[in-house]
Amino acid sequence: MTPTTVIVGASLAGINAARTLRLQGQLGPIVVVDADPERPYDRPPLSKQILTGEWEPEKILLPAGKEDLNLDFRLGTRAKALDLAARQIILEGPTGATETSSFDSLVIASGASARRLPDTAGIAGVHVVRTLADSLALRAELDAGPSRVVVIGAGFIGAEVASSCRKRGLDVTLVEALPLPLERILGSEMGQVCAQVHIENGVDLRLGTGVLQIETSSVNGVERVRAVALSDGTVVEAEVVVVGIGVTVNTEWLEGSGIALDDGVVCDNTLLAAPGVVAAGDIARYPSTRFGRTLRVEHWETAIAGGEAAARRLLAEASGETPAVFDPIPWFWSDQYDRKIQLAGRPMPTDECRIVHGTTAEFRFVALYGNGERLTGVLGMNRPRHVVQLRALFDEGVTFTEACERAADL
Amino acid sequence: MRIVVDFDLCESNAVCMGIAPEIFEVRDDDFLYVLDENPPESMRAKMEESVQRCPKQAISIAED
Repeated sequence: MTPTTVIVGASLAGINAARTLRLQGQLGPIVVVDADPERPYDRPPLSKQILTGEWEPEKILLPAGKEDLNLDFRLGTRAKALDLAARQIILEGPTGATETSSFDSLVIASGASARRLPDTAGIAGVHVVRTLADSLALRAELDAGPSRVVVIGAGFIGAEVASSCRKRGLDVTLVEALPLPLERILGSEMGQVCAQVHIENGVDLRLGTGVLQIETSSVNGVERVRAVALSDGTVVEAEVVVVGIGVTVNTEWLEGSGIALDDGVVCDNTLLAAPGVVAAGDIARYPSTRFGRTLRVEHWETAIAGGEAAARRLLAEASGETPAVFDPIPWFWSDQYDRKIQLAGRPMPTDECRIVHGTTAEFRFVALYGNGERLTGVLGMNRPRHVVQLRALFDEGVTFTEACERAADL
Repeated sequence: MRIVVDFDLCESNAVCMGIAPEIFEVRDDDFLYVLDENPPESMRAKMEESVQRCPKQAISIAED
């Protein structure tokens, strides 16, 4: 009998795992399960082109989801529980009916869900942006031309939503609990630059400020957001609130299954979580030799690479080949207003940060991060060529000093 | 094979340049330039990787 693979998650990691298995010759059934009822789509445009209305959903369908790969899609279907010993997974379909599905190998790519503010469930006008449905619901409210949008959280999603709202000509207040945006990722110096980008683009930026309460009023029997009360004592009136305060991993269905969990699925350095079970994408936590700690990376490119690597890991297990180590250089981009921020590597906020090209004043520069003589990050603002070229230095093993010198020559 | 870039979609993330700098170049004006629209067959694997990894699905391969 040909082996069956179940893939939980039809987003970037899951679909690329499926594609890789097929292209590498797996003949048996591949069941792809996702709670989201939509055909597999790409998420980065959800906070940008979909939200601004420039693109329609058809444009973000993932190419691999449209290929004829003979996949058994179970969309709108949630993984409820895993029985590792019996090699079975319990699924709950769109009608609420449960079924048991047997597998020989399993890919865990169930991703993450947007965190929400406590006690805000059911309040009209309060949004998150994680799924296509989320983005379209928010877009419909933006189409109505709200007098002000309050975005809570100035991370990458919050920053991109603020940018998209400004592109639509809407007034935006952006609230961040930390003293500077992205400080925990980019450090304070670059956080300052990112703050300035928002201010230059007309955003009312409130830093070091938490949210006390979402104030509501009843409109035609519907409880709707009216204002946001902040910890600095101010109250910002808002018709729409977008919450961008990070994600939580979708591991509920794995609890008690014997799969090790620690803010993600604990994998080895080949993405193997248990015999015949691999994880990929936002949910996978793997040890990185390159960065000297375990990483759980929520980047677009890591989801593609992880999906492929996870599939190859399963194939290696079946064929007895030596599996490849998964330790790519994390890389992502974020488009905010007319700026493109790209980061390669994984710096600590306390690492040294040195500008090696351009100036922060013109918002067009490259900065390198180093921990001692170890290169830990390459950050570019509107400098894509430099970032891609300097990213290669990670694999050349050059020192931080050398990297700075090389950067100056580009 | 011929490399086709949809420049309305391309947003110069330079991923393709990282994969195949002999074919794709993002210059200081932040625009992508295709250095060889008809790359040799030996480049096919890298071209396919560039198609797959483009964050905007802006690259395709035409067989004329």
